[in-house]
Amino acid sequence: MSHLIGKDMRGGYGGADILNGCTVSVDKGQIAVVVGPNGAGKSTAMKALFGMLTLREGNVTLGGRDITALSPQDRVACDMAFVPQTNNVFAGMTVEENLEMGAYLRRDDFSGTMAEVFDLFPILKEKRKQFAGELSGGQRQQVAVGRALMTQPSVLMLDEPTAGVSPIVMDELFDRVIAIKKTGIAVLIVEQNARQALEIADIGYVLVSGENRFTDTGEALLADAEVRQSFLGG
Amino acid sequence: MYETFELLNALALMSNFVFVPALSYGSQLALGALGITLVFGILRFANFAHGDLMAFGTMVVVLVTYWLQAQGIGIDPLPTALLALPIGIVVAVAASLAIDRTVFRFYRRRRAAPVIFVVASVGVMYVLNGVTRFIIGPDDQRFADGERFLINARDFKEMTGLAEGVTIKLSQGVTVVVAIAVVAALFWFLQRTRTGKAMRAYSDNEDLALLSGINPDRVVAVTWIIAAVLATIAGTLYGLDKSFKPFTYFQLILPMFAAAIVGGIGQPVGAIVGGYIVAFSEVMVTYAYKKALAYLGPGGWEPEGLMQILSTEYKFAVSFIILVIVLLVRPTGIFRGKVIT
Repeated sequence: MSHLIGKDMRGGYGGADILNGCTVSVDKGQIAVVVGPNGAGKSTAMKALFGMLTLREGNVTLGGRDITALSPQDRVACDMAFVPQTNNVFAGMTVEENLEMGAYLRRDDFSGTMAEVFDLFPILKEKRKQFAGELSGGQRQQVAVGRALMTQPSVLMLDEPTAGVSPIVMDELFDRVIAIKKTGIAVLIVEQNARQALEIADIGYVLVSGENRFTDTGEALLADAEVRQSFLGG
Repeated sequence: MYETFELLNALALMSNFVFVPALSYGSQLALGALGITLVFGILRFANFAHGDLMAFGTMVVVLVTYWLQAQGIGIDPLPTALLALPIGIVVAVAASLAIDRTVFRFYRRRRAAPVIFVVASVGVMYVLNGVTRFIIGPDDQRFADGERFLINARDFKEMTGLAEGVTIKLSQGVTVVVAIAVVAALFWFLQRTRTGKAMRAYSDNEDLALLSGINPDRVVAVTWIIAAVLATIAGTLYGLDKSFKPFTYFQLILPMFAAAIVGGIGQPVGAIVGGYIVAFSEVMVTYAYKKALAYLGPGGWEPEGLMQILSTEYKFAVSFIILVIVLLVRPTGIFRGKVIT
């Protein structure tokens, strides 16, 4: 049994269903990557896992417990963390304050966690007194991930973390994601840059029209001729 | 030597009629504008009821002051109102939390558009306005007591040998001291405490604040508490300085909004700077410069007119003009606040 499972999820934003029975799961110490064409319901699937979308059918379990009915805020308290694609930092607050806000629910001393985040992203330590809004795109993304890590989550969900950053920054960010997974966190990523993301994926999901089309290890998906032709541009 | 005296006299005159009054009026506006700006930053609507919340809180202070005066309880030389202030604050806080619970929470749950909140706040404004007049009446209330002056004109003249005196009323001194203390406490709260930072985070990025586990109900409640505290303090200081009249307080929302918008709405620093800008503009535009210019001009010469740009009856035009210019030229205000939609 995987740590986080969204099983047979169906639902949408009121109109027609966007998710048509897809299943996505990730285990601790694993990176799961969800890819697929535009409008395949990748981000919607992730939002459903985080409770930002009410499911019509299907359920979500975390560590064996059914959390389908929990609100996003309650899921934060259950050690889930989510990094939205845009507006994912407090622009008018310093880097350090951003991290403190990530740890808002913690009443214990979180300076150790903050030191870990600074170890993971050394540039943030250097810029900790600067406003997050003044940082470059890649650095902001690091602040966003760092903020999410402050709750010491068991699941980290990233919605298109490399959207709008340069290829070099993207490689660096994926490197960091591998380091995060090695600490035993379950990492779930929704990505446009499918090829690079699948390279670091322990498990990859190709969604089409809200359904699972292919599921395999990242390596196997990259080697699959059909997947390559249809979804990775040859 | 004669010229120096003339210059000093002109300066003393300007201090007495422009600088000192504008500084204390500006401090009062700044405290009021801070409340407007905080509510806008957190709840995202322009709260038209703020002036009447101020009137309501001040009314309680006035009534408690009368009662204390009747009992012979005072803190001479300071005004008795300062003793009554905490009670006024508590009642105003309770009122603003009750209003949020009964009116604004309903619209928040429905995720209503900001304009609906604004209109609801206009309704709250009328109700508060009516309640205040019903309880204390529409008339002027003078509740200032204690020492009247920190420095009076005669002492100043004897001290300096100048022809013009500078008067600093006790209420003006109290205003500036209290305003500095309150603003310092507010900024310490917003910058240093966990709840204050959560408020800034919520104002900055509501969705991300929710994703960080910040409790929106708590943030909203704290915002109303602070707004009510600031409104009551600002109203009491204004009343001590001038007098308390419900209608005047209702009118104060114009310069307070002008102050919040000039500074950049949603930005606390902006509200303070904006408060002084509006106050100084208002006082300087409506002051008659005749005598001051006479000191500065050649001996024996005096300007013919009053040398007044606008008569004091039109002082609200100043706020309006500032408001219109800012919204046309730089809608985000000096400190890049939000744009009211």
